Formats: sequence, C-alpha cells, structure tokens
Amino acid sequence: MTPLLAVEDLSVGFGRGEPVVRGVSFAVNPGETLALVGESGSGKTVTCRAILRILPRSAQIRSGRILFSPQSGTVDLAAMPRRALRAVRGNTVAMIFQEPMRSLSPLHTLGNQVSEVLCLHRNKSGAEAKRQVLDTFARVGFPDPERAFASYPFEMSGGMRQRAMIAMAMVGKPDLLIADEPTTALDVTTQAQVLGLIRELQEETGMALILVTHDLGVVANMAEQVVVMHKGRIMEAGRAEAVLGAPAHPYTRQLFDAAPSIPEATEASAQPREDLILELKGVSKTYTMRAKSAWKPEVLIHACRGVDLALPRGRTLAIVGESGSGKTTAARIALGAEKPDAGGEVLFRPEKGSAPIAVHDLNREARAAFQRQAQMVFQDPYSSLSPRMRILEALCEPLEIHDIGSKGERRDRAAAMLAQVGLSSEMLMRYPHAFSGGQRQRLSIARALMLNPSLLVCDEPTSALDVSVQEQILTLLEDIRDRLGLSYLFISHDLAVVARIADEVAVMRQGLVVEQAPPEVLFHNPRHPYTRALIAAQPVPDMACPINLKLVALGAGSPDSWPEAFRFSNAVVPSLMQVDPGHKVRCHV
Amino acid sequence: MLILRYAIYRFGTMLLTLLVVSALIFVIINLPPGDFLSNQIAELKSTGQSAGVAKAEFLRKEYALDRPLWQQYLIWVGFIPGPHGFSGLIQGDFGWSFSAERPVAEIVGDALWLTVLVNLAAVGFVYLVALPLGVLAAARSRTWVDYSSAFVGYLGLATPNFLLALILFYYGHRYMNLPIGGLMDPSFEGQPMSWEKVRSILLHLIVPTFVIGTSGAAAMMQRLRANMLDELGKPYVETAIAKGMSPQRMLVKYPLRVAFNPFVADIGNLLPSMVSGSVLVSVVLGLQTIGPILLTALKTQDQFLAGFVLMFVALLTLLGTMISDVLLVLLDPRIRYEGREA
Repeated sequence: MTPLLAVEDLSVGFGRGEPVVRGVSFAVNPGETLALVGESGSGKTVTCRAILRILPRSAQIRSGRILFSPQSGTVDLAAMPRRALRAVRGNTVAMIFQEPMRSLSPLHTLGNQVSEVLCLHRNKSGAEAKRQVLDTFARVGFPDPERAFASYPFEMSGGMRQRAMIAMAMVGKPDLLIADEPTTALDVTTQAQVLGLIRELQEETGMALILVTHDLGVVANMAEQVVVMHKGRIMEAGRAEAVLGAPAHPYTRQLFDAAPSIPEATEASAQPREDLILELKGVSKTYTMRAKSAWKPEVLIHACRGVDLALPRGRTLAIVGESGSGKTTAARIALGAEKPDAGGEVLFRPEKGSAPIAVHDLNREARAAFQRQAQMVFQDPYSSLSPRMRILEALCEPLEIHDIGSKGERRDRAAAMLAQVGLSSEMLMRYPHAFSGGQRQRLSIARALMLNPSLLVCDEPTSALDVSVQEQILTLLEDIRDRLGLSYLFISHDLAVVARIADEVAVMRQGLVVEQAPPEVLFHNPRHPYTRALIAAQPVPDMACPINLKLVALGAGSPDSWPEAFRFSNAVVPSLMQVDPGHKVRCHV
Repeated sequence: MLILRYAIYRFGTMLLTLLVVSALIFVIINLPPGDFLSNQIAELKSTGQSAGVAKAEFLRKEYALDRPLWQQYLIWVGFIPGPHGFSGLIQGDFGWSFSAERPVAEIVGDALWLTVLVNLAAVGFVYLVALPLGVLAAARSRTWVDYSSAFVGYLGLATPNFLLALILFYYGHRYMNLPIGGLMDPSFEGQPMSWEKVRSILLHLIVPTFVIGTSGAAAMMQRLRANMLDELGKPYVETAIAKGMSPQRMLVKYPLRVAFNPFVADIGNLLPSMVSGSVLVSVVLGLQTIGPILLTALKTQDQFLAGFVLMFVALLTLLGTMISDVLLVLLDPRIRYEGREA
C-alpha cells in the first residue's frame, strides 16, 4: 500500500541559520494516526506546518520531498506551485491549530468561517453549504447547530470553539487531518471529549491523522504510529505499542519519566491539623455582570460559594478544577487581593500558636506585614517578569517596596535566592529574555522567596512548561518547601501534578468544593462523579488504559445531569459531607 | 433595532456633551479681562469720541453684556429670554459680530459649508490614500513597496502644510493650470448654485484637499500598516491560509476587517484636527473657511463670533465621534453583543 503522505528527508531552516528540522522522514497510511511527539523547540510544529507550507516568511524548506498520494495521484507538496497548493489546503489536507481562542476570526460568525471552506473547494454557497455545515456542526456535538451557525467565536467556550475548528476541518471531508496540539489549551475533561470526537470522526470517514503533541498520554490514546522528535531530529519512530511499551531511545525514556502520573495507592497518612497557617471560612464571591440593557436584571456570577479550606503549616493544599471553577478567585481572596462577600473570612497565623489575623480586615502596616508573609508564583513566566528590568532589579524590587536592607544586602539576598532555585548569581545582570521558560519560572519563585514568606500561593506554576521542565520545577518547589518550611496553596487543573505535590486536594466545580481528601484517598477512592471524570480524563501513557469517555461524560456535564445524589442547581446545593475521616464529598444524604 | 437604539442613546449623550462644551467655551472666551465693547468704550473715551460711546453702551445693553456672566451664557444659548425675548443658539440666532458689525450668521454663512466641504474632501482623501497604501505596505512588509511608501509617508508627515501648499500652488498652476487661491472663481461668489459653480469649486478643491490631507494620510497609513502587521501574526490568519484562501481574499476578509476598527475610530479625531490644523493653510491659500474667521474673532475678543465658531468645531467633533461609534458597533460584533449571554 502506498502511504497517503510520505515525508522524505525534510529539512527546514529560518533565514540563514542552522536548520531547525533536519532529515525528517515518516509516512502515514490512509486511515492511520501518526503522533509527532516532542517538547517545545523540537521542531514538531514546524514539521507539521511544512506539510501545507504554512510557515513564517523567513522559513524555507531546504531539502526533502513531501509526497501526498490521494486517489487522484501523487504530488510533491514541497515543490508544488502556490496556486495548486491552495487547492489542497483545507480540501484534501485540513489542519487544526492549538489555540481555539485565537484561531478563529473574532469578527465573523462560525457559520461564515466554516462554510467558506465549501465555497472555496466545493463551489457551494448559500443554502446548500449551510445545510452541510449544520450537519457537520451537529456531528461535532453542537447542541443547537442553527444557533452555533450564527454565533461569534467569543460567545463560545474553548471546547466549543475547538469543535468549530474541527467542523471547519471536517466539512470538506479531507483525506488527511493535521492537528497541532489540538487539546493543549483545553481543560482535561474537554480534552478527553475532543480527542474522543476526533477518533470517532476518523473511524467514520477513514481519514488519516497527524497529531502533534507533547503529551504521551494523548499519544497512547490516539496513535498507531509514533515519531519522537528532539532538536529537529527524529529520535525514535515506530508502532505505538513498541515505542510506548519499550522505549528504546534514552530521550523517549526521559520523556516517560518526566510525565507526571497519578501514583499508586499508598497508605493514607493521618494529618495533624492543629497548626493552621491559613484558613478560609465560608468564603463566597459574587460578581455582578452589567446587564446589556437597563430593563433586564443584572447577571450574578457566583465565582466561589461557601468555600471552607484549611492549610496546615508546612503542607500543600491543592485546589483543582477546570477554568471557571473559581479556583483562582479563591486564591486571590486568600491573598487578600480580592474581598470576599460579607460573611466570609480568611484567617492567617504568621507563626505557630500566634493569634490569627483576618486578612481582609487589616490596617496599612498589618497589611504590608501580611504581604511579606504571603507571596505568589504566577502561571505564565513569560509575562510575569518585566522585560525591561534586569533580574537583579526584579528580585530586589519587593525588598525596596518594603524598605528592607541596604543595597548590598539586597544584592546578596538576590544572589542567595538564585542559588536556592538552582541558578547562578552571574545571571543577576541579565534581562528575562535571556532565560528559558523553566529558568524564568525559577526566577519567579526566587522573586517570591525574596521577602522570606511563610506562605506561597502557586497559580498553575507549571502549566506553561514542557513536561521535563515541569518535573524540575515541581522538584524544586518540593525541595524549597521542605528546606524553608513553606506552606503552599497550589492551584492547578492537572491532577497528576497535584497528586505529586499536595497533601490535601480540594476539587472545585462552579465555585463549589465538590470533593476534598488527601490525594491517596481522592485518586483511589473518588466518590464524586466530577472527580471521577477528572481522573478518567487524565490521559495515561499506557495503551492498555484508554480514556473512559463514558465516565468523563458522566461527570463533566453540567451539575444538573449528575446522578441524583450529587445533583445541584443554583437554588439547591447539597452540603459537603464527611464520608470518611478526612474525605468530604458534596452530596445529598 | 439594537443599532437604532444605540444611535439614539449616543445622540442623546452627544447633546449633553454639547451643552457642557458650550458652557466651557463661554467661560474660556470670557476669561481674558474685558470684552470687545468695554475695550472699545475705553478706547473711545481716551480719545474723547463720546458719540461712539453711546452706541457701544447701547450695544452692551442690546446684547446683555451688562448682566452677570451666567445670565449672559443662558441668554446666549437661549435658555432664558434676553432683551428681545428668547433668541439664542437653540433658536437659531447666532448673535452679533462686533468687529464686523454684522450678524454672525451673515459672516459665517458660506464659510460654514465650505469648511465642511473642504474637510470632508480631506478626510475622504486621507482614507482613499491610506487604506490601499497601508494594506499594501503591510502585505509586502520589508520589501521595496513597504520602504518606499514609508519614505513618501514620512515626507508627507515632515513637510509643513503651508510649504506644501505654496509648492503645489506654483507647480499646479504652472503645469496643470489649476486655479490659485479661494474655493471658487471670484465671479461665482455670492451667486446661486449652478453646474459651472460646482465645477469651479471642485477644481479649486484639489490643491487644498491634497495639502490638508497629506499628513493625516501619512499618519493613518503608518497606523494601518502597524495594525495590519499585528493582525497578520494572529493564528486566525493561519487558519484562513490553511483553508486554502488566496492571499488577497484572505487579507481583505480577515486581518483588514480587524485592523479596520481603529481606522474607523479615527474619524472623530480627524475632523477637528483638520479644522484647526487647516487654519494656516486656509490663510495661505485664501480659503474662505471658518479657520481664518476664528483667528480674527479670538484676537479681537469678538465673543459671539468666536463662541459660535468654536461651537461649530465642537459639533463637528462630536458628530465625528458619534458616527465612528455607531459604525464601530455595526462593524464589530464584540462591541455589539457585549453582555449578551453565551
């Protein structure tokens, strides 16, 4: 059988630089799924974009052939004239991109953008195109295709936008679909559903799929063939069972080791709970969204509803949930960056046995003192460091604000903190752009440590990083927690990350804590359907454990579709019940 | 329907703003000590011409200049009756020009619509030139097309308008037989509208439009180019390419649509800056626009004339921003559906 797409000895370079993709060859058979795996900078994205020649202007294909053999005969996409290539793009080869939020034009309706494909390649327009688009919308899971047709992307959630992207790719019934990290920007339950959808569509239409991803769990769930890339070269390639079952190349093995996973069951350790550093009591937060006209009532958004959390000193409390679950709001309230609704309070105990202080009821000096004690590590290390400040300035700024130490002392402390996070003090005079993502996150951690805090709030500190770097940052966080006796409030959407670092996990959905337990208990005896869905949706790099889509669908739907015992609506909310010591579930009794 | 409601709402706020502006204008005009008539009276008294003094005193009474400032303001706008009943801006009485000794409406007359005409022509010129050049410069960025359009653009920005006016004047007249000065042939002045007059006005418009519009067009072009370049890097552009669109179609349908917003939003700023910016040009070119009138009125403290001209410019500005706001709502669904539930 001739492969549908054969990439032979492909090299791509930018400008006059060294090639970033060198001598890459692989082949995809009709109906087959090939996964291109690698970390950022591995050249996997450039490779997949080179197939349709959607590359930045300074990039050129230096050598190689890209043989595409649909039924109409073989062509070399690398050498094809642009005009002929346009007839292939979106027609026989379609593409899905990483960021559904930005990959659709904000000013055109979904219907317009999707039916355009039919207009370009099938010469259909008007009612006929619309009918076909509506069919596709229904197929990819829009509950109301007519409404989706007339909607703008910004009215849709990330998952729905990605479904629209998939519909756009599928409406022309391509022979080959190239998906560039299609689920990286999505919540884990949404990811499971989107992956399931792509699989179903593939079985229905018999198209081939090239899936670009950094997640071995996704690979295990989707791929028949795997190509592992590193620094522009192929490290290992072969059948998925072989590569995932017995990785031959050390780099592949390294990827495996770095992939976070939910640990095996261990004995639940009893937790001493008397010395709490931070306590959230009945914290609610309601935002009022301005109604679109004066005649309609304002829309109330309950970001947090009656959240009770307690963080023992020296421990890590993790809040897990999808975007919009209220986890970040809870963290902001804990830091005093936002005021809770009346009735809620946040208590902080600077030292063991000291009287608790109410974070939201402080005078100026007490507030400054609290801010020295509680610091934050942000999600995106690329935008949380000012590009115009040297590392030294960025690190010393907190000390300057709180007027601590002389210039020399500050400098010494900055150097010491860099050493703490595994960087060298020679880097003090550099600017952030000279650092990699992982190094930048180390810098953010160093900055948070400058004031010698006792509490760190980490807001998804690893979600913008590659797996192997994520592993290092988590190790660093664990290390400094134990060394400096810090307590962490850890916000994440990734259960596997949390499983590793947390002593206690609170799962949030729609502003409510739905289940709370130590990770060992939570992961091996989850009670709540949403927790079960989260765990089931976590892709595992093992082909024997595919994602159980039924379980995901059961818990990831809206709370009124949950089983009777767990169901809640805006009016009726079950309370958080203690089912075992240390294990709480929100359910009706 | 939503649009209509928004337009009505916007019109309402515009009227309110206009009211506030009128108060500000009146206060500012009256900030320098004295007024045209008291200056005149003082001058007449010092030269001993008592006959004129009586006339000036009469005028002061006639136009309520002897009353407190807030009353003067209300009379000027037309909220309370003056010596001759309600006759303010709202009633269509623009007041009396002391320096010209004629009603303001008579002095301003033609200049009003000529100002509108010249500036609309200039705005049209700005958009017609900036749109294609800006898009082209962005689409062919870092090529000779981009560099040469940038060069011409900077030249346009850097050349003083009046200098450009003089140069164009000379060469336009010499090589293309374009008319010099004014906005129409002197023989048509004061004549009723005719095809011949329209033709003459259009011919006379060429040089002023070019002169007033050049720097605006250059600035606008650079802005559009920068916006377009930003948009061209966005992922939705890649999506469009991956669909198999031709570059030209893609460019017009997607990035241009998005980059167009600031372009439209500029209408409001463009109008007033041109009216005030074109004063010098109008003087040099001898255009009978409102600019030179404003200049003399301000110098002589001719308060009703100055006030009216300033109000007119403010009205133009507010109309411009209103038009651009309504257009933006039409163009951008993100603004249109703000607050609509997903």
